[in-house]
Amino acid sequence: MLLSLAIWIPILAGLLVLAAGNDQRAPLQRWIALAGAVLGFLVTIPLYTGFDPQSAAFQFEEKRLWIETFNIHYHLAVDGISVLFVLLNSFITVLVVIAGWGVVESRVGQYNAAFLVLSGLLNGVFSALDGVLFYVFFEATLIPMFIIIGIWGGPNRVYASVKFFLYTLAGSLPMLVALLYLYDKSGGSFAILDWHRLPLALTAQILLFFGFLLAFAVKVPMWPVHTWLPDAHTEAPTGGSVVLAAILLKLGAYGFVRFSLPILPDASKELAWLMIALSLIAVAYIGLVALVQSDMKKLIAYSSISHMGFVTLGFFVFNAYGVEGGLVQMISHGFVSAALFLCVGVLYDRMHSRLIADYGGVVNTMPKFAALMMLFAMANAGLPATSGFVGEFMVIMGAMQANFWLALVAATTLIWGAAYTLWMYKRVIFGAVANPHVAALQDLNRREFLVLGLLAVAVLSMGVYPLPFTEVMHASVSELLRHVAVSKL
Amino acid sequence: MNWTAVADHLPALPEVLLLLGACVLMLADARARDRRLGYWIAQATLLACLLATLWVLDVSNGRRYYIFNGLFVADTLSHLLKATCYLAVSTALVYSRQYLLDRNLLRGEFISLLLFSLLGMMVLISASSFITVYLGLELMSLCLYALVALNRESAQATEAAMKYFVLGALSSGLLLYGMSMIYGATGTLAIPEVARVVGELAGKDHNFLVFGLVFVVAGVAFKIGVVPFHMWIPDVYHGAPTPVTLVIGSGPKIAAFAMAMRLLVNGLPALAADWQQMLALLAILSIALGNITAIAQSNLKRMLAYSAIANMGFLLLGLLSGVVDGNTLNAGAAYSASLFYIITYAIMTVGAFGILLLLSRAGFDCERLDDMRGLNRRSPWYAFMMMIIMLSLAGLPPTVGFYAKFVVLSAAVNAGWIWLAVAAVVLSVVGAFYYLRVVKLMYFDEPVDTAPVSGSFGARVLMSANGLAVLAFGIFPGSLMALCYVAIATL
Repeated sequence: MLLSLAIWIPILAGLLVLAAGNDQRAPLQRWIALAGAVLGFLVTIPLYTGFDPQSAAFQFEEKRLWIETFNIHYHLAVDGISVLFVLLNSFITVLVVIAGWGVVESRVGQYNAAFLVLSGLLNGVFSALDGVLFYVFFEATLIPMFIIIGIWGGPNRVYASVKFFLYTLAGSLPMLVALLYLYDKSGGSFAILDWHRLPLALTAQILLFFGFLLAFAVKVPMWPVHTWLPDAHTEAPTGGSVVLAAILLKLGAYGFVRFSLPILPDASKELAWLMIALSLIAVAYIGLVALVQSDMKKLIAYSSISHMGFVTLGFFVFNAYGVEGGLVQMISHGFVSAALFLCVGVLYDRMHSRLIADYGGVVNTMPKFAALMMLFAMANAGLPATSGFVGEFMVIMGAMQANFWLALVAATTLIWGAAYTLWMYKRVIFGAVANPHVAALQDLNRREFLVLGLLAVAVLSMGVYPLPFTEVMHASVSELLRHVAVSKL
Repeated sequence: MNWTAVADHLPALPEVLLLLGACVLMLADARARDRRLGYWIAQATLLACLLATLWVLDVSNGRRYYIFNGLFVADTLSHLLKATCYLAVSTALVYSRQYLLDRNLLRGEFISLLLFSLLGMMVLISASSFITVYLGLELMSLCLYALVALNRESAQATEAAMKYFVLGALSSGLLLYGMSMIYGATGTLAIPEVARVVGELAGKDHNFLVFGLVFVVAGVAFKIGVVPFHMWIPDVYHGAPTPVTLVIGSGPKIAAFAMAMRLLVNGLPALAADWQQMLALLAILSIALGNITAIAQSNLKRMLAYSAIANMGFLLLGLLSGVVDGNTLNAGAAYSASLFYIITYAIMTVGAFGILLLLSRAGFDCERLDDMRGLNRRSPWYAFMMMIIMLSLAGLPPTVGFYAKFVVLSAAVNAGWIWLAVAAVVLSVVGAFYYLRVVKLMYFDEPVDTAPVSGSFGARVLMSANGLAVLAFGIFPGSLMALCYVAIATL
């Protein structure tokens, strides 16, 4: 029941917000949205406290027949891999609603409703155990995001939103054919867990792998299908960027561990070289691309691609360090990228510019902000004692077990990450105040401080004491690796 | 009077009621002062027909009846399709009432032509002989030609009607030619009998039959409107008054689907291997041409015309997946997929044109893409409805259009048409672009036209129901799917 609540409370709250009327009712709409988001987060807490970390089984299971003709079930459950993402998503939604409080002034109801509906759908993606249910949630997330970017985005929003939509759709439709093929092969079942046990020939596995790869690689995004992300991130409103970076990108990586690895273990191993190569290109090359960006949001967007390259690298070295490291990196990136986009949002709301060159010396007028952003910048660079370090370190360990040279290339991210993040930080925050607008900046208000402060706590606690995060996923990851080790041929 | 003979013909009760209603309408219209009376007579007739169909469905309980010496068949498929047609025509009347009143077109001739056309559709749906097929087809089409040209002052409409008539006549000719070939080979016009004889002949040299089949398929393709027999569709959709476009986009498509079922599935199952190949070619060409050409359109009606071509290509995916190497194990799932597709397509297309009618007013026809600009500012609710319908046509969950694509693709994949399924989904990404453009215009642009959205109370309520139905069937498609399955299983 909890998972259903986690999905439907935000969606119903979103509809309620829409029903509350137009912009004259904005304060009421905001409070309803906040209540819905907080309630949505509260119901996910028992998912963590009640979760049995010793078991690799799926927990909090709900299963009802949904479409009889095709044997499709409304089947929800979480394991150690997915439960944290449900929490992360519900948490981020609360922050996004608060962050948009005084900032978004037009069509407030539609704005909040879009985020709440999106949040519910995302919880659905992470907890669906039926192929069609997964696909429905996966695709449906496109619609609110498309609207968020298109209505409240920057000057080039229409281009960015359409590009985002078509890219993702083009990726995911071949996945639909792959799902239908699996349905046919499994003798009429859409249950993902049945597919885990389905024997498949290597050629079929490889074709299916590419079918899934396209959908997930676009979402992650992996080089070379990443080009939608910088546009989408740059044009999206702050909240949109936050959800996009913190949650939507995770869908692709999550898809790899839920579908590609367990359903197609032989193809995954056969094509691991390709995945690793693409991941390393993302880590190293995109890291360099990030270095030369003049737009802060674009820089963080490229940094996201580079960090997500770490995640996919970890998954395809097939050892516990790698996979767990990848998952930890996903959670950490959820916090850190969300925080950085919110930081840029704070500056943008005041200056209406995202260009690094327009800033300089912000620390003089916004010391509290500068301190918090320093923490997030360090976490993005992977400094020990921040969440960014844990995941990267584990993935590098995993890569080292597989091959020294892999680890070496992957480890360059510590240099690129530090270079682009800290260089940006230096140019924006330190130096002389060159721009009169910067001299007039107001420091964080209480609302902004609350949002960034919560994220700072998350980043630090995960960096200092990651055990609560890793112990939950441990059993499930071991089970996954045991499963992948067995050939299906 | 022989009452048992009357009772035997009760499965045709809806047709009888409709004919009576149409005749009463013509008489009443000639005498009545208030010409809106005809509207209510038509709605009452449609309601009576719906009740009659439901009653027949209930009484027949899945059985199949051949009446009028085997010319006419009443089975679950026909009841379901007829009910959909009544709903489509009735909805069309509600949506277009204000539009027609504003233009002084809501006259007896419009409504009676519409009802006779519906009668043609019903006859076609229940056809069990080549003669009945032809009869129904012509009754339906002739009324539609006249309906397209109803607005005599419009040169565009006249041109569209001419094109429709000339090409329609050509297609009828092709169909008749094909039927005569098959008659020559089998010596019978009754469809069940044709199926039996063709089954016996199919193992032997059957080039002659295939020759006839080509013409039959061409005729069917013409009426469904798939490439390369699609040329009339954009012009007719564009040129006809929007209410007529609405009707042409829904009812006749259902009837054409029924025609394909009767002729190909019921009549020529033994030649499935041959016609499935032909349909595969038609399907992929339609999906490609429809989706790509729609991008270039600036007129919404024309865009929806190309969208119809692409959607009918998807419809064929189900029809061509029934028989695999002579094995009919998949047939039920495949044909019910197409049935599901056509019913949901009718719901979506009626909704899309309904929005156009709702946004039109005296002296202004909403038909260009630009007319959708900023609709979210003018009316968030109808913008939302239109968005649902557009996303549904694009095949996105959680709308019913997704399941429509899902079932036909599933049928194609099960039948081993994987390349076709992949090509279809890749091309539907292209298609998503133009549907998305409508959403973009409504939500991201500022309105040019700021007039409030009016529309009668009935039209607004029904429009909301229509949009929500697209969403509701998208969340709970199970019952409709099961219904389609039953209808095909009792075929």
